[in-house]
Amino acid sequence: MIQLTKLSGGYDGKLIVRDLSFSVQKGELFGILGPNGSGKTTLLKMMSGIVPVSSGSMQIEGKEIKDYKPKELAKRLAVLPQMTPQAFSYTVKETVSLGRYAHQSGLFPIWTEEDEQAVNKAMERTGTIQFANTSLEELSGGERQRVFLAQALAQEPEILLLDEPTNHLDLSFQKELLDLLKKMASEAGLTVVSIFHDLNLASLYCDRLLLMEDGTMNGLGIPSEVLKEEPIQQVYKTAIHQRPHPEVPKPQMSILPEKAAKEETEIIIDGTCITHKDEFIALEAPVLLKTLSAGVIGAGWGWHRSFVNRHVDKNYWHDSYKEDMKGFLKQHHFDINETVGMMTAVHLRKAAYRFVEIEDVSVFVVVTAGVGNAVDVSRAVEHSRAFLPGTINTWVFANGYLSEEAFVQSVMTATEAKVKALFDKKVKDPLTHSWATGTSTDSVLIAATQRGAHQAFAGTISPLGQSIGKAVYECTIESLEKSGTGERI
Amino acid sequence: MPKRSIQMFLRNKISAYLIVFAFFMIALFGGISIGTIQVPFRDIAFLLSHHFFGTSLHGVDPSFDNIVWKIRFPRVLLAALVGASLAVAGAAFQGLLRNPLADPYTLGVSSGASAGAVMVLFFNVQFSWLSGFTLPVISIMASIVTIFIVVLFAQAIERSLKVETIILTGIIFSSFLGAVISLMIALTGEELRQIIGWLLGSVSMRGWDYIQLILPFFLIGTILLIIHAAELNAMSFGEEKAQHLGVNVRRKKLIVLIAGSILTGAAVAVSGTIGFVGLVIPHFIRLIWGPDHRHLLPLSMFAGAGFLILADLVARTIISPTELPIGVITSIIGAPVFAIILLRKHRKGRRTA
Repeated sequence: MIQLTKLSGGYDGKLIVRDLSFSVQKGELFGILGPNGSGKTTLLKMMSGIVPVSSGSMQIEGKEIKDYKPKELAKRLAVLPQMTPQAFSYTVKETVSLGRYAHQSGLFPIWTEEDEQAVNKAMERTGTIQFANTSLEELSGGERQRVFLAQALAQEPEILLLDEPTNHLDLSFQKELLDLLKKMASEAGLTVVSIFHDLNLASLYCDRLLLMEDGTMNGLGIPSEVLKEEPIQQVYKTAIHQRPHPEVPKPQMSILPEKAAKEETEIIIDGTCITHKDEFIALEAPVLLKTLSAGVIGAGWGWHRSFVNRHVDKNYWHDSYKEDMKGFLKQHHFDINETVGMMTAVHLRKAAYRFVEIEDVSVFVVVTAGVGNAVDVSRAVEHSRAFLPGTINTWVFANGYLSEEAFVQSVMTATEAKVKALFDKKVKDPLTHSWATGTSTDSVLIAATQRGAHQAFAGTISPLGQSIGKAVYECTIESLEKSGTGERI
Repeated sequence: MPKRSIQMFLRNKISAYLIVFAFFMIALFGGISIGTIQVPFRDIAFLLSHHFFGTSLHGVDPSFDNIVWKIRFPRVLLAALVGASLAVAGAAFQGLLRNPLADPYTLGVSSGASAGAVMVLFFNVQFSWLSGFTLPVISIMASIVTIFIVVLFAQAIERSLKVETIILTGIIFSSFLGAVISLMIALTGEELRQIIGWLLGSVSMRGWDYIQLILPFFLIGTILLIIHAAELNAMSFGEEKAQHLGVNVRRKKLIVLIAGSILTGAAVAVSGTIGFVGLVIPHFIRLIWGPDHRHLLPLSMFAGAGFLILADLVARTIISPTELPIGVITSIIGAPVFAIILLRKHRKGRRTA
């Protein structure tokens, strides 16, 4: 459809785009990325025939762009620039109708039913038909941009070129516009080439991406191939962190703000942060901690400040236990957004804590263990789904900067330590009478200050793993002893 | 619902043409009728019908025939053609240059025409083969040469001929030619009145010959611009946008520039530099009926024609028998009227917004 071969060009003999070769297929949503001054807009202008080609070739359907007559080209290709200058206050309908210019001929062109329909359809699609007789001047920037999109669609093009189309749009219209483009690309076979400033939007919507640097190609491919931390950091010359999108399999990039000095000072989480009541145990950290947990509230990855282990009656049952937990937290003045909350039927006076320091890292561990519903994981299939009270909640607070591997390894190490403790205390699965490995409702939290020494690993023989292993094992033993080994609760 | 609004829209445009045409006709008849000797509308209608269609005179006073056909009608018609030319050229230049402050004189065409005319007066040039037409013919030629130099110069600065470059070049040439005119005025002794009088503009004592002179330029220029109305609409959204919409921008821009310049040059050549019409009439029409050039150009044509007839009528009757320069009247009447309209329109707009 669009074929660029060793394309170079620019203004006044100065080459801005150099030696670019790529092609865009029909129905593709193709994104162009790159920092300011990397030649994105110039490239787009060369693709629309505004900036002449100095060398190489720029073909649409196998024909050089310079060989197209303006009207012929406008029927195939429409452009939505960042800003369209406007000196006079045309109505929306008049503006959109100009999109039909290329489809009309003769000295006194006739406005056909087909023209009228194309214009109305374009206005409907972009949600601008309600403004049809309104003057452009009375519209907001985002509404105007949609009018010009309608104008481009009224051209009924095969190719649509856009220069940062979402620039003036608020969040919901950004999504609406890109959803519309995606739909038109996949359903109507419209080929869309768009410049993006927002790497994340580009990643979410584009089939393929072109990353430009100094007028040349740095990367070309599907989003996960192009949006890698290293090339993006190097091209944009800034610290970038890549994460997968939580809901769709596309990479998302976040910038990393420079840390202020006070954000670097080390913080130690230990027993002084604990509030111990009959109703709950709470740990209040002085800063937000990075967490990975399986709590009732605040599960998964997150940043949290308060950690609450709530005691509930052994017959506790609630249809919407999450809502109940939120209510409980609110009642005790915890900020739900910054709190990881867990529940246990274990009496909280049976909780055990330990502070362990090995080499450059220290951990503080809190365990509440009850084994009334102990389960041997290897024979768990024999269990019914009935809820029995008893739970081992393990909290690990690491005073250090943990990599994501270290977080996951921390979960593993903590679990292994727990299993070993159960084994050493000879806890049995009451149903199968084999060795229990945990209970049916165990929960775990790994929280790290993300300050101080970097901890790449938390395997069992790394300093972090050693401290977690020791602390969790000892705490679990202690808590089990307090509740009476093997006893129900 | 959309059907009705389209009907409303059409009715609105049709009423626009009716209103503007009625204004033009009233101005035309008023211009012929009013003067030291009053000629009734009825007699004017018979006289014009007699000359155009050969109908009988129905007993109209034969002395009226002389007044109407030899003196007032050509004068009114010339005012109409000049007013129409300037208004259409102004509308086109404003659209092309995307600047509501542009007028037919922005690009230096009028300065070229004036410099040519003043030179004829200053050096007292008289080509025998042109007889009495030396001044307007030289003036038109000077205006056409000027626009070509302006375009070529702008092109030398920048090949793509951006409107910003054209405006700047126009300003350079306007001020240079303006200085040449001032120099000639400064060096003139007794002929000063004649030059100043010409520069201030007048449509008096020109006769049918001048109408023959301006008519072909008026027709070519106006028709060229009206058939490029859609391109003007596209170009008022910027040249890049126009190109994206399928307009052959370079070629169409040249056509509009040349057509507008022909209109301006011819108008200045036959009547001097009459200000305000080209700036304000298109503005006024746009304010009421919108900026769509397909309607803006023809509406401006009739409104400009009617306006200049009325301005001329005032110029020759207000302190009769002395005639005031028409350019003074256009501005003295036009500016306050326009100011009031602008003020009221904006107030209304704000209230409804």
